[in-house]
Amino acid sequence: MLALLKRDLVLATRAGGGFGLGVAFFLILCALVPFGVGPQTEALRPIAPGILWVGALLACLLSLDRIFALDHEDGSLDLLATAPLPLEGGVAVKALAHWLTTSLPLIVAAPVFGLLLHLPGKAVPWLIISLLVGTPALSVLGAFGAAITVGLRRGGLLLSLLVLPLYIPTLIFGTEIVRRGMEGGDPITPMLFLAGISAAVVALVPFAAAAALRVNLR
Amino acid sequence: MIDLGKYAGTVLAAYGVSAVLLIGLIWQSVAANARARKALEKQEKNG
Amino acid sequence: MSIWKYANPVKFMRSSGAILPWVVAGAGLCTIGGVLWGFLTPQDYKQGSTVKIVFLHVPAAMMAINIWVMMLVASLIWLVRRHHVSALAAKAAAPVGAIMTLIALATGAIWGQPMWGSWWEWDPRLTSFLILFLFYVGYIALWSAIDDADSAADLTGVLCLVGSVFALLSRYAVLFWNQGLHQGASLSVAPGERMSAVYRYPLYLSMLGFLLLFVALVLIRTRTEIRRRRLIALQAKEARA
Repeated sequence: MLALLKRDLVLATRAGGGFGLGVAFFLILCALVPFGVGPQTEALRPIAPGILWVGALLACLLSLDRIFALDHEDGSLDLLATAPLPLEGGVAVKALAHWLTTSLPLIVAAPVFGLLLHLPGKAVPWLIISLLVGTPALSVLGAFGAAITVGLRRGGLLLSLLVLPLYIPTLIFGTEIVRRGMEGGDPITPMLFLAGISAAVVALVPFAAAAALRVNLR
Repeated sequence: MIDLGKYAGTVLAAYGVSAVLLIGLIWQSVAANARARKALEKQEKNG
Repeated sequence: MSIWKYANPVKFMRSSGAILPWVVAGAGLCTIGGVLWGFLTPQDYKQGSTVKIVFLHVPAAMMAINIWVMMLVASLIWLVRRHHVSALAAKAAAPVGAIMTLIALATGAIWGQPMWGSWWEWDPRLTSFLILFLFYVGYIALWSAIDDADSAADLTGVLCLVGSVFALLSRYAVLFWNQGLHQGASLSVAPGERMSAVYRYPLYLSMLGFLLLFVALVLIRTRTEIRRRRLIALQAKEARA
């Protein structure tokens, strides 16, 4: 399992693509929004948590099809399926690798980009915590979507169509945490919901993803 | 004709939209079914 | 291409062909009857004639949810028992469900415009239906994207399972997110909260009509799918010969 994780991480960093690309996309998105809504602090501040979360979500989406597509092409996915490691575990590890290479840089970058959107300082810890708690669910759900669409020629667009509705609960609770943290409300309640969703997704969805992979490798 | 009051446009629009959608769906279902049946009959006659 | 060897689709074609005319007649009678009856009901003292929209809005919304549940059950039957008709029925039901959701959304928007003063509100019920519609679209898109019929049935089945959980989850997440304008359940069993009988009976009739309409459409569409499969099987056989 560790070897698989290491291999995925090395591949992701060496290929150069996915690693920085997500953060760059996130930056562009955060830079575009003020052009759309205007530079005033009072216009940007209320929507900052939402923009940051939606931006992180879309940036996460960008690299999803890479989770299985490359391995499917060169056949290493078949090896993974026949390996002694249960496929569910393989899926979980690949989702973890995606999280480490895509979501973690986003979490590090998010507070900085928050400055661009005038996110108040006291909301920043909540932003980081909410992303830390929420993004694992995004990666695992993304792995599920990638597993379903792995063999398809026009998989990319379909992948977003399938995965984005699944992201809605995570997005709702994630932004709610930051918004409440910003306005001095009670962020603990949505935090518990988000943690619950994240834990359930990480525990259960790899089984669905592995089932989908098995169908696609048949 | 019954009196719909000031909301006549609203009510008629709602009924109209629903009718269009439903009839479209029914028409599509029936047409696709007829097409499939004809194609199948043709194939069975030839084969 | 072993599908046609199973007795199941043949039996389904025979029995569905036998009951289809009755279902179609019942659906036409109840839907047209219920909606027309509803159209002729007196005006509500508060909402004026817009109350007549309820005879389309509520049955469509009810079917939008129930069709998804039916698809879930059919997908489960396919995943566990591998009855092909079940998978095809789920496929056949999806567009009907999407249209029902669209009708519920459209009539709701048209109704909301004079009542709430806006076409769209980010109200929990409306938002949930929009999300449900997205799930229908994704499901239909996945069916049409996969060439191999059995893989498509498997993958959409898994998607339907996961999607059901998330559709339900979104429902409660949305409730948490924004408390809404929409009234509660239209049909309540508690006395005193019921709609008056003038509206209730036509509503029941049109709900029955929409239900029968759905059954009729699913039967027709499933038959279409079975015929298409048989055609493909025959063509493959011919190509091999």
